Amino acid sequence: MAMIPLLAFAFFRHRMALPHECEALTKAFSENHNKFNKSSIFVLGFGVDEKSLVSILGKWHPEQRKSFRKGTPQFFVEDDRLFESPKAQCLGFKIDPPKLTWLLVALVSSYRYEGPRVNEEIAKSEAKTVSTAIKTADKKKPIEDEEVIRILSTRSKPHLKAIFKHYKEICGNNIDEDIEAGLSLKETLQCLCTPQTYFSKVLDAVLKNGVDDDMKEALTRVIVTRADVDMKEIREDYHKQYGVSLSKKVEDITNGNYKDFLLTLVARGD
Amino acid sequence: MSTLTFPATTPSVAEDCEQLRKAFGGWGTNEGLIISILAHRDAAQRRLIQQTYAETYGEDLLKALNKELSNDFERVVLLWTLDPAERDAFLANEATKKWTSSNQVLMEIACTRSSHQLLLARQAYHARFKKSLEEDVAYHTSGDFRKLLVPLVSSYRYEGDEVNMTLAKSEAKILHEKISEKAYNYEDLDLKTDPKDEFLAILRATIKCLTCPEKYFEKVLRLAINKRGTDEGALTRVVTTRAEVDMKIIKDEYHRRNSIPLDRAIVKDTHGDYEKMLLALIGHGDA
Repeated sequence: MAMIPLLAFAFFRHRMALPHECEALTKAFSENHNKFNKSSIFVLGFGVDEKSLVSILGKWHPEQRKSFRKGTPQFFVEDDRLFESPKAQCLGFKIDPPKLTWLLVALVSSYRYEGPRVNEEIAKSEAKTVSTAIKTADKKKPIEDEEVIRILSTRSKPHLKAIFKHYKEICGNNIDEDIEAGLSLKETLQCLCTPQTYFSKVLDAVLKNGVDDDMKEALTRVIVTRADVDMKEIREDYHKQYGVSLSKKVEDITNGNYKDFLLTLVARGD
Repeated sequence: MSTLTFPATTPSVAEDCEQLRKAFGGWGTNEGLIISILAHRDAAQRRLIQQTYAETYGEDLLKALNKELSNDFERVVLLWTLDPAERDAFLANEATKKWTSSNQVLMEIACTRSSHQLLLARQAYHARFKKSLEEDVAYHTSGDFRKLLVPLVSSYRYEGDEVNMTLAKSEAKILHEKISEKAYNYEDLDLKTDPKDEFLAILRATIKCLTCPEKYFEKVLRLAINKRGTDEGALTRVVTTRAEVDMKIIKDEYHRRNSIPLDRAIVKDTHGDYEKMLLALIGHGDA
């Protein structure tokens, strides 16, 4: 069944597979797939029923995908070692500055409390800590501040929202306005509090003609990973920010089965 | 290997609950009866007993135990009865509060539980304390201890067989370099010869926990027993957390190292119901 490897690959990319693992999977397919195009999640013209693929994949709920994965273990590689190496070369980009790795490893290791309870006193005091770190950014980058990393990587999201609320009361600005861009801290804060804003920004950056493979991959990544989560909110935010509907933009920029698949996912949450 | 022993025919859960209720009732408490039941039930059975007891008598078994028992005996029974994940969460939370030896307990839990058990403990922590273990550990530690303990408690280690030997070799080199540098900063003392530095002690213990936990636990037991007046906290903690896991191996190691069996050392050093409960958990004598 050619369908299985293709479905496998779709989920593979979803889990940020390492390049050499993609190659291994490619080889595992069979001799027929020597024209396998790694930057696209679909292979055309190999006798695969793409329409069915799109309609199945696009509509499956997480439980269905999970049980499928369980049933075909030979095509999936669970590799939590992805997060071990602090150099994080596997994430495919150079880490700079080195202290960013501390933040990243801390963020991916987090297992935050997900309930609503927040200690307002502590949130207030941590807002002060963060604002001090931001004010002294010229002496020491906030991203290298141990307390900032501690707060961002261990506190629950409701708690962080409370911190940012107190921050605004103390400093008058939203916290992401005060953080210098280009240090990943800004994106981290956005992702933590208003992910839909962050994701619609990413989508806007990549939904342009003539973008490179990395950008295309970002498009796939955002849509696939958010389809089950907050696609509706992202669509709304995108429309608000850029004045055009996300589906229309995807329609204009992408082609073929790739486009169909993305559109199916973008429409989720309705 | 677990050291738990079970009766030839296990009574029904309802019977166990009834007997426990009887043990609490009337004048005084029948500690022997409590031991004879709880010390000979595994985690799944104890969970069922807790559930059924609450359904039958409208009271939390743990609360009842807390009311009826006291001191070291109460602590060992309470800790034992708890579900392993909840027990770890409880111990970890306690460890973030005190100053003494608390870092060691956090490290111990983080390093000697399987990835799955550690994750369950972290879930139990959320449920019970409405916070994450990581945030409490981070908040209550600083400097080097935080840098060590937070990643340790946050880990979700790969548990398969595959090892990247090249990576392992290069990381061994890094460790060696870093240790040598540190030694220079501590005035030419190497890692082994500075027993007073708590951080180095924890670092050494971490390595021991990760590579040969039974030796680590043997040492904790030995120090707890040999200490003047006995460290019941440590003794209780090790016995209740390892009885169902690898107490057999720890016992063997203890005997090997100290030339007397652990049972005998416990008998010499403790007494009363506390002693009886510990002995029951390490599989001593008759049920």
